[in-house]
Parts: sequence; structure tokens; C-alpha cells
Amino acid sequence: MAPSVVLVTGVSRFLGGHLAARLAANPAIERVLGVDTVPPPRDLLRRMGRAEFVRADIRNPLISKVISYASVDTVVHASLSANPGSAGGRTAMKEMNVIGTMQLLAACQKAPSVRRMVLKSTTAVYGSSSRDPAIFDESMTPKDLPSGGYAKDAAEIEGYLRGFARRRPDVSVTVLRFSNFIGPRIDTVFTRYFALPVVPTVLGYDARVQLLHEEDALAVLERAASEEVPGVFNVAADGVLLLSQAIRRAGRIPIPVPSSAVGPVSRVFRSARLVDFSPEQMRLLNFGRVVDNGRLRRQFGFTPRWTTMQAFDDYVRGRALRPVIPPAQVESLEQRMLAAARALR
Amino acid sequence: MSEARIIPLHADGDGHTPWHPNGQSNGGSRAAADTEPELGPDSEAAEPVPSPWEEAVTETLAFLRRRFAGDYAVDDFGFDADLTDNLLLPALRPLYQRWFRVETIGMKNVPDVGGALVVANHSGTLPLDALMTAVALHDDHPAQRHLRMLGADLMFRLPVAGTLARKQGSTLACMPDAERLMSAGELVGVWPEGFKGIGKPFRDRYKLQRFGRGGFVSAALRTGVPIVPCSIVGAEEIYPKIGDLKPLARLFGAPYFPVTPLFPLLGPLGLVPLPSKWYIEFGEPIRTDTIGATEADDPMTVFNLTDQVRETIQHTLYRLLSQRRNAFLG
Repeated sequence: MAPSVVLVTGVSRFLGGHLAARLAANPAIERVLGVDTVPPPRDLLRRMGRAEFVRADIRNPLISKVISYASVDTVVHASLSANPGSAGGRTAMKEMNVIGTMQLLAACQKAPSVRRMVLKSTTAVYGSSSRDPAIFDESMTPKDLPSGGYAKDAAEIEGYLRGFARRRPDVSVTVLRFSNFIGPRIDTVFTRYFALPVVPTVLGYDARVQLLHEEDALAVLERAASEEVPGVFNVAADGVLLLSQAIRRAGRIPIPVPSSAVGPVSRVFRSARLVDFSPEQMRLLNFGRVVDNGRLRRQFGFTPRWTTMQAFDDYVRGRALRPVIPPAQVESLEQRMLAAARALR
Repeated sequence: MSEARIIPLHADGDGHTPWHPNGQSNGGSRAAADTEPELGPDSEAAEPVPSPWEEAVTETLAFLRRRFAGDYAVDDFGFDADLTDNLLLPALRPLYQRWFRVETIGMKNVPDVGGALVVANHSGTLPLDALMTAVALHDDHPAQRHLRMLGADLMFRLPVAGTLARKQGSTLACMPDAERLMSAGELVGVWPEGFKGIGKPFRDRYKLQRFGRGGFVSAALRTGVPIVPCSIVGAEEIYPKIGDLKPLARLFGAPYFPVTPLFPLLGPLGLVPLPSKWYIEFGEPIRTDTIGATEADDPMTVFNLTDQVRETIQHTLYRLLSQRRNAFLG
């Protein structure tokens, strides 16, 4: 059953904007409304085609009017932000994430037309620590509740959404817990991190990194918006990369930083506007996080097309990241050493 | 056999002429005699048959290139088979073969394929017994199995050790990880005594401690994999723990701070383990698929099975000890 009027939040950013564009390309959908506080960049706006952009703040009760006037039946809440930098600081980000969601849910609860709710959440709600199992499934809860930042926002938002689902049992609620995105076009903390020529890592730790290709993320969001698949789903690619391995595949040079110096170093990177890593993302660099995507395959009926490694390689190719030391040079060095070894005997 | 390997290398290095008499007088072993006529004429040809030494260099360089390019696969638990086979196991092998002279008994009790749970006694202040069991199951088992060990959370919190443990195939000892590994057909190793076993004083050697809460048994029951009891003799003597500096342990957040006859006294030199002679015996596997997964929630079944495993290991330990004349000579 295709929806007739879809409202997408966070359309000025990659996922929201491209999702709106994909939905607008579907003739079965009558109207696509994109909401954000800032207009999307021009090329994204052009791509969005017949999707309408509504400049509104979801923290404002005005959103309620937008929903009821357009009789929106499907809401895709994709505006959760993990970057305090782009959102204008940690407080503003929290306000936008948590208060915005509360307002949006309040508006949806009042609107009888709403039948479907899709939330773009994050696997960060599982936390990341040494005491966690290696692989999380949807039923697990974190050992230490995220103390702050994006993970805490997401955990709170999921809580509010559960409350909403209780009060409106007629609405089908889909929670998509995405792992970190990667790909040639998307701009995230991770894509900036791996693009640094020397990549700071935490000394003595090598996190397992699970990623998701941007196209897979869009396909999952599109499917959740256009079909009824209620439930909580981990959305992540198959397989993992070790952080050190990923850095080597990108041809970067890792700089191990002692744990005690991680705080100051990340502050330097933040003030230099290179990479804006939040503390829970730094913890992710210590222990990593891997989730089980079995429910996504079986219940949701979606198999990611890219594995973590393929997605990462696609990102490296798409960004045309030049290895600091070219692999050809390494190979020729190997050949030279072999030749030397042969000459020795 | 090892001598036979060295001979062609020296002969090659020396040049081509004096190698015939050399090979015959030194070796006389079959391997040297076999390779000799082949290598002799070939060394003059354009494409020589690579010597073992050359192959080793090629392999090492290929390994280094793979590592440098990040061109290897890691499973979801962080197990890095490439690193384990080419770096970690070779690093442990001298300790296994020369220092502890480990002898394995009953390797046929470990299945070649499919999941199994190896349950062993824990001792020795540092978990060398776990590492040696992993080497044993890789080197002495016909199927060269990788042991996926379940470790305490303390280990994964440690900076370098935790990372290496994950790369070597260990994961946190918790029900979801254990079940996932066993149902994926992996060989899982568990040391249910935990810190009570590994950190017990020397006077309590070879006395099995409490076997946790039997979590390993319920995991095996749920997945229906056999339990292989494993008894390790020799690990108790590597660092005889005669004292425990509790305040220092608290300071480092460790469960104990051992005092051995050599350790704080000789400083880092005290970290060298005593060269005891080791025996690792794998006992008859205990089948759990006949009991049924529903019994995993029955505490009585779990306790009985836990006791059975514990008794088997304890009795095997006593038997091995009674056969042993000397802790260092075997």
C-alpha cells in the first residue's frame, strides 16, 4: 500500500533530501513534503523534483498545521543530527533532536490522517563498551546508558516514539537503527575522518567498524516509507572492517594517540574544523560496535547490496582518495626485495 | 626433519659445487636425498625451484603487503585469521614446542567440523594456558582448528591485550556471543573458573575452583554442541603464586597482584615463565544434543552437567599428576 502524502523531515541534508527525491519519483505517491529549517542546497532541490519544500521548524507548533492541512499519512523523521557543529552546538543539536521530535510526535498524535511513522535512529543507542557482547541484536539494551550526546538523544527519542505508538496503536511505527553511513556522496563525521591524510586513532585499541552504504540507507528508508513494515530494525551492512584496516585501505597513515591525549587532540581537530568527533564517537573508536542485521533480512525483506568492505572501497574510489603511499610502490618494493633475496642465494 | 630443511639452504648459499658431498655427509635423511637431484641441475637453470627459505621470504613479503594494504578479512567478532596464522601463532610456537614442550592427548575427541565447547581448568596467574590450548588445537589437530576463546571483560578493557585478544579470536564471555559462535560451527573455549582459577595460590594447585554459574553448559545445551572436557597440567608451575599484594592490585584495578619466587624480586626478568612440562588432555566429548535445548532452563540439569564436566576434568588432572614424576621434566 503506497502512501499518498509523505512528510520528510531534515530534507536539507543528504538522506532526507535524496529520500524526498526518490519518493517524488514514485508516481503512486500523491505529494511529498520536505521540511527543514534551512532550504536544501540548489542541486539537491533540483533533484527533489515535484517534492515541495516547506521551510518550517519542527520545534514550532506550526508543523501541526502543515500535517493537518496536507492530511499527511506517512511521516519519515530523518532529521536526527549527530553533528553538533552543523547544528550550531551541542545544546542546539539536542534541542533540535529531542524537542523537535517531541513536537513532531505531538502534532502527529493530533492528526488522524497519520497512519505510518518512520524514524531514522542509530545503532549508537547500544552504546559501546568493553562489557558489551560482540554483536547486538534489536532486543539488547546498552550496559551503560549513553551519558550524553547523539546516542542519548536517540535513546530518548526512541522512548518518546514508543510512547507515541502506545497512544496511537493504529499508526504503524518503524524504527530504523542505522550504523555509520559511508559512500562517495554523503558527508558524515566518518567520511571526513578517513579523508584526513594522517588519521588519529586511540593507542592500543582497534575498533571493529560496521558501515552502511548511502544507497542502501536510502533504499531502506524508501521501502519503510512506502510499505508497511512495523518494528525495530538494525540497518547495517554485512561484515566488518577493523579501524586500522579501513585506514590502510584508504591509504591513510594512522597516528595512534594515547587515551589520555584523545580529549585534547579531538578538541584541536574540532577547532580546526576538520572532524567534529563527539565523546561517544571517540568511544566507538575504542571498542567499535557491530549489530546483527538478520531481522532486516528476514522480516523487513532487505539485503544490503554492499558489504562493509565494498561500501568502504566505493567511498575510497568515489572520493578519489589518493593513498599517501601508492600500492604500486609497495608492490614494486616487494618485487625488489624478492629479487634481492634471489640474488643473495 | 629440521636439519634436513637447513641443508639445502646452506648448500644454496655456498654456491653450486660443494653441495653434493655436503648434503650427503651431513644429512643422509630422506628429505635431503630427495631434493638433492632436483635442486642440483635446476639452480643453474633460469627458473630455479624456490627453496623453503625463499618461499618463507615470499610468504612474509606477501603477508606484509596484505597487512599494509588492509587486504584481509575479519569476522564480526574481530577475528583476524590472517594475523593469527601468520604472526600470533608463530610467535607462540617456540613457547609451545621448546619451552613448555606441550604434549597433547586425546586430540581425536575434538570434532573436525562443527561447533564444540572446550571446557578447561584455568591456572598460571597469566592466561598462558588458554593461549597454549589455542596453539595445540591449531597445530596438533588434523583439521587445524581455531579456538574461539571466551574471556573476561577485564581483558577487553586493556589497551593492547584486548585488541590482540579479539584479533586472535577471543570474545567476551557472555551468553549471546557464546551461542552465536557455537551455532556458527566454531570451536569455543571456556575457562569457567575465571579469576578464581587463574589467580589461586600455589598451595591450591590443581584443585578446581567453582565453575561459575554453569552458563557455559546452558549455552551448549541451547546450541546442542558437545562439551569437550580439557585438563591442562603444567600451567600451575609457570608462575607459582605464593603471595598477593592486594593494595597494588586495587591500585591497578586488577583482581590480584601476584608474588612469585621471581616476580617482583627480579623485576621484568621475573615475568619469564618457569619451563614446566605441559600435558593437555582432551576427554570424551559429552553430548548435549540428546538432552534437548529446553533443558537449558532447568537449573538441575545444568548443575548436574556442570558437575559432571568438573569431575571429569578433576579426575583427569589427578591421573595425569600421578603419572608425572617431575613438574619440569615430565
